[in-house]
Amino acid sequence: MLQITEGSHAVAEAVKLCRPQVVSAYPITPQTHIVERLAEMVADGDLNGEYICVESEFSALSSCVGASAAGSRVYSATTSQGLAFMAEVVFNAAGMRLPIVMTIANRALGAPLNIWNDQQDSIFLRDSGWMQIYGEDAQEAMDLHFIAYKLAERHDVLLPCFVCLDGFIVSHTFEPVDIPSQKEIDEFLPAFNPLHRLDAKNPMSFGMYATPDCYQEFRYEINAAMIRAKAAYREIAAEFKAKFGRDYTGLVEGYRLEDAETAIVAMGSICGTAKDAIDEMRDAGEKVGLLKIRSFRPFPSEEVRTALKGVKNIAVIEKNISIGSRMLGAVGLEVKDAVYKDSPNIFSYVGGLGGRDIRKRDIKQIVQWAKEGRNDCFFGLREELLK
Amino acid sequence: MPSVSEWYRADRMPHIFCTGCGNGTVLNCTLQAASDMGWEIDDTVFVSGIGCSSRASGYTAADSLHTTHGRALAFATGVKMAHPEFNVVVFTGDGDLSAIGGNHFIHACRRNIDMTVICMNNMIYGMTGGQGSPCTPRGAFSTTTPYGAQEPTFDLAELAVAAGANYVSRWTTYHVKQLTDSIKTGMETPGLSFIETMSQCPTSYGRKNKLRQPLDMIEYLRDHSILISKKRRLEAEGKVIPDTTFAVGEFVRRSRPVMGLKR
Repeated sequence: MLQITEGSHAVAEAVKLCRPQVVSAYPITPQTHIVERLAEMVADGDLNGEYICVESEFSALSSCVGASAAGSRVYSATTSQGLAFMAEVVFNAAGMRLPIVMTIANRALGAPLNIWNDQQDSIFLRDSGWMQIYGEDAQEAMDLHFIAYKLAERHDVLLPCFVCLDGFIVSHTFEPVDIPSQKEIDEFLPAFNPLHRLDAKNPMSFGMYATPDCYQEFRYEINAAMIRAKAAYREIAAEFKAKFGRDYTGLVEGYRLEDAETAIVAMGSICGTAKDAIDEMRDAGEKVGLLKIRSFRPFPSEEVRTALKGVKNIAVIEKNISIGSRMLGAVGLEVKDAVYKDSPNIFSYVGGLGGRDIRKRDIKQIVQWAKEGRNDCFFGLREELLK
Repeated sequence: MPSVSEWYRADRMPHIFCTGCGNGTVLNCTLQAASDMGWEIDDTVFVSGIGCSSRASGYTAADSLHTTHGRALAFATGVKMAHPEFNVVVFTGDGDLSAIGGNHFIHACRRNIDMTVICMNNMIYGMTGGQGSPCTPRGAFSTTTPYGAQEPTFDLAELAVAAGANYVSRWTTYHVKQLTDSIKTGMETPGLSFIETMSQCPTSYGRKNKLRQPLDMIEYLRDHSILISKKRRLEAEGKVIPDTTFAVGEFVRRSRPVMGLKR
């Protein structure tokens, strides 16, 4: 049954249904509504777990690492500066192969201080060993949590996972959401069965000193697990589709790409606006489509290449900037790498940073630029503010 | 010598503080003290972290550094060590200072760096909408403690004393005169001066704790404060002090060795 609910509350409901035993989080805009609701659920006894009011994001993820190593299913949520502050533990969690799920309500990074949406925060941790999946709307953001836990905890994966949703745009808006029952989720997501955990009967050490003769192998294993996560994701999402009818089986998802000459590539909520713009452009006879990237880590290069086969021009909407890189944005670099053998025109168009609205007309302009071969650039730039 | 109004940055008004917020009072007392000190605006730097308190630095006419959550003291340490001739004032809040920035707090006090630290303690994370902080009193309601906070609180003034600050006091937004004088004394005292101000947050704290009106909260702060001299006397007499009260006044004034003194 559909319920009108705030994106953050949909996420909180999803987390509750996943039965985490420990929730540890520190308030930061725009993540607060998620963790406030979870604090309430724990206080009311609706969620049978511990809620820790920690003193910082660093402690939030650190306590999650401890609880996860002790064999619990754990949860945290953060964004932006909070995630940046956690960064040390982010790498540690992946290195210890702890299947922590953490929601990122995507927000810009300072300075200057900005609380609004872009995707710089999660993207800057792309090399950390965490999986990163992006929800377009409240329903998808919610459902990806069920998939994320199952995926992260699989013994052939054992990697932590960010579930990303655009701050404010998804986290603070109300949408109709189909919330599964506890019974359905219990059937889909069994209790956490840790492969390794702290156990006095079978002593185990996490995060120990690895000398040059073995460190590299740890990194190799993390990467191998990340590669295995692609197939694991597809299997789990197929199982989810069979049970709930909603289809997230692709690590990417095409929209009206069949005969498209120009394609937009994007992640997160902007895909909704892009679909509307594409419909209008299609009505006007333009052959244009969208490729939505659902999983940025692992990055689905083969799927991207297959989906964009035959496309002449590719415009990547970047809600991030990879400062000093060959292309302006981090997503564009990956996409370009995926399609390089097919040699389409491909451009990074950076915009919507720090919450600046991306409108349908911006998307139409980007499509036009890609067709004209305009090189990587910012869109919606206020030239009058530049010295 | 600039007047109080000259210390304000009029072009940044109106401010973002909610109606009835105590932070404006604390800012005003601070700028009055700076003016009374005869400080020059160009010789003064205001440093702040993140939170409602930390917006204060942006409303001053002096140079200001609006930094990351909890780290104002670390940034301020850099400013002061690079330019000991500057007057450095840090605005912070209970969450910023004692939770995410707790480590920097004790180490700044330990080093006794010559700066003035003003903490606006409103007992809540106000900016993010009212989550419980390490200073949310036991039993008080917040969005993350819906049935009342259960963890013990920090006594920030006592913490600063224990960590080594040369001057430590606590007042409330009710005690405007005492607060202004205390900030001035802190500015005069070499070393780290820590002035904790209990401040009202009717929006995020008061609404959840039956102190909806700003005046209700100011009266609450007045009625629950007890002069530290009186508290110590009563304690010496073996009297029981209700644990809902907090001490106000000068906690310590001493001359431990100082870092970052003007050369």
